[in-house]
Amino acid sequence: MSGTPGIWRDFTRRLLRNRLAAAGGAIIVFFFLVSALPALFSSHPPNRIDIVHILRAPSAEHPLGTDDLGRDVLARMAHGARISLSVGFVAVGIAIAIGLVVGLLAGYYGGWVDAVLMRFVDMMLCFPAFFLILSVIAFIGPSIWNIMIIIGLTGWMGVARLVRAETLSLKERDFVAAARAQGAGDGRIVFRHILPNTLAPILVAATLGVAGAILTESALSFLGIGVQPPTPSWGNILTAGKDNIEFAWWLSFFPGLAILVTVLGYNLLGEGIRDAADPRLKGR
Amino acid sequence: MLRYILRRLLLSIPLLVGISLVSFLMMHMAPGGPIGAVTDLNPKATAESRARLQAYYGLDQPLHVQYGRWLARMATLDFGDSFSPDGRPVSEKIRERIPITLTINVLSMTLIFLVAIPVGIYSAVRKGSLFDRISTVTVFTGFAIPTFWLALLLMILFGVKLGWLPISGISSLDYGSLGVAGKLADRARHLILPVLLAAFGGLAGMSRYMRSNMLEVIRQDYVATARAKGLPEGKVIFRHAMRNALLPVITILGLSVPDLLGGSVIFETIFAIPGMGQLFYQGVMSRDYPLIMGILTIGAFLTLLGNLLADVGYALADPRIRQA
Repeated sequence: MSGTPGIWRDFTRRLLRNRLAAAGGAIIVFFFLVSALPALFSSHPPNRIDIVHILRAPSAEHPLGTDDLGRDVLARMAHGARISLSVGFVAVGIAIAIGLVVGLLAGYYGGWVDAVLMRFVDMMLCFPAFFLILSVIAFIGPSIWNIMIIIGLTGWMGVARLVRAETLSLKERDFVAAARAQGAGDGRIVFRHILPNTLAPILVAATLGVAGAILTESALSFLGIGVQPPTPSWGNILTAGKDNIEFAWWLSFFPGLAILVTVLGYNLLGEGIRDAADPRLKGR
Repeated sequence: MLRYILRRLLLSIPLLVGISLVSFLMMHMAPGGPIGAVTDLNPKATAESRARLQAYYGLDQPLHVQYGRWLARMATLDFGDSFSPDGRPVSEKIRERIPITLTINVLSMTLIFLVAIPVGIYSAVRKGSLFDRISTVTVFTGFAIPTFWLALLLMILFGVKLGWLPISGISSLDYGSLGVAGKLADRARHLILPVLLAAFGGLAGMSRYMRSNMLEVIRQDYVATARAKGLPEGKVIFRHAMRNALLPVITILGLSVPDLLGGSVIFETIFAIPGMGQLFYQGVMSRDYPLIMGILTIGAFLTLLGNLLADVGYALADPRIRQA
């Protein structure tokens, strides 16, 4: 990777030229702004209860309406953005870290290391993941950290398989043989020569993984075992939406739309990275 | 072939044991327990009565003894009795709930195939056309939509605003008094939304997958050969390309089992459908260990079975794999 900046310049240029990927990137940047400066988007405090104005439809005062406790929905969504976005990031960070280690070990050493690790991966893939997440969270208690960790711990298998497959083919290449002939040890080969070459597929998996984690968190919060009120998250605002489904459509509509748009942004960017990293795959 | 199936079945036994061991440890190492769930809020519960309950459920034994007992019972397909107040056998509870969950999943799977395959093929054949672009946008949106949110929106639209469809349960209050046709129609009205929603997520993935398979196959030499010898385009697409593009779809069938099961928790909770997902949710909330273990094990078994069927189906459909 080092010494070949041209590859990365090409990559960035192809990525920026892809209009859909650029749109996805813009969406993500926008929601990062929201989560960094929520007060900029709504002057209401997110947790101020106002019994007089409960379940008000969108108006000039409350652009997205109020919830069942009279709290401003826009303010809660702006403040909830930070929670929803950071869950995605931390969860995927954990998943990538585990997947990388397992995949590199299995692919590079092969033999019984590979056999044991891959059987473990097979086993983890047999759990209906959502059942597993649901029970763990219900047992150890719904806190935002627990949610991030458990989504990460149940989401690394895809990355491990990906990295293993890449490693298997990379370690047979001439440049690895050349490095070994020059006396490079296992550690140097793995980290200097193999790891950098697996970055593109990992980046794609990570981007798509963030999208998946945001969806999972919102589903957990929606079921009442995710982020706990009064802390706002897009998922738990939707729970109030479900309880008031007959009177207050705005309470269901806007938080879900935010989730949809964010996840769409990550998916578009992920596809864009894939195409930019390997132009042969374009359009498929 | 038969030997292969047998070997795979045997290999899945240690896998199932491993899965049950992980589930078991996870459940028991978490703080709190089923006794606390019952007695914490009861001021009359003494330490002695707690201990009696612990002993009654066998929770006073060391973990490896508890797991050993569970495994020994499982060997005879005995799932044990539920911890819930009714104390009924877990297998009975699950057997009541499985049909409705399977019905919804099978129906939605059928819907996925009926819609996604033609859409995927047509998008690939007319790559870049208006239809292809619209379906691509739809697919991306489909990937990003939170299913439970879509469920809420459809409930508001069809249940509340238009009043066309019921929004919860699987039968109306007057279900008992309806005739056979009436019962069927009533059940169908209740299942329309859940089935549509269960299918929705898979629809996007499957049509995208079908499209990329088809694009791959169309570039192959044998398709060029078929065209070169003057076959009509329809014959090239349906006889030569489509049949080969369909092969990998079989694998996806097997792999989608855990997702479908997981999804059932969400929509069964939303629509108040008395299925496996709802049962699991209730079990988790009340720390009903035998019930949770039972459902996790059955879920893993169904997943393994799905994978096996997919591999066998693939081998039957593709002679190249059978010989390898």
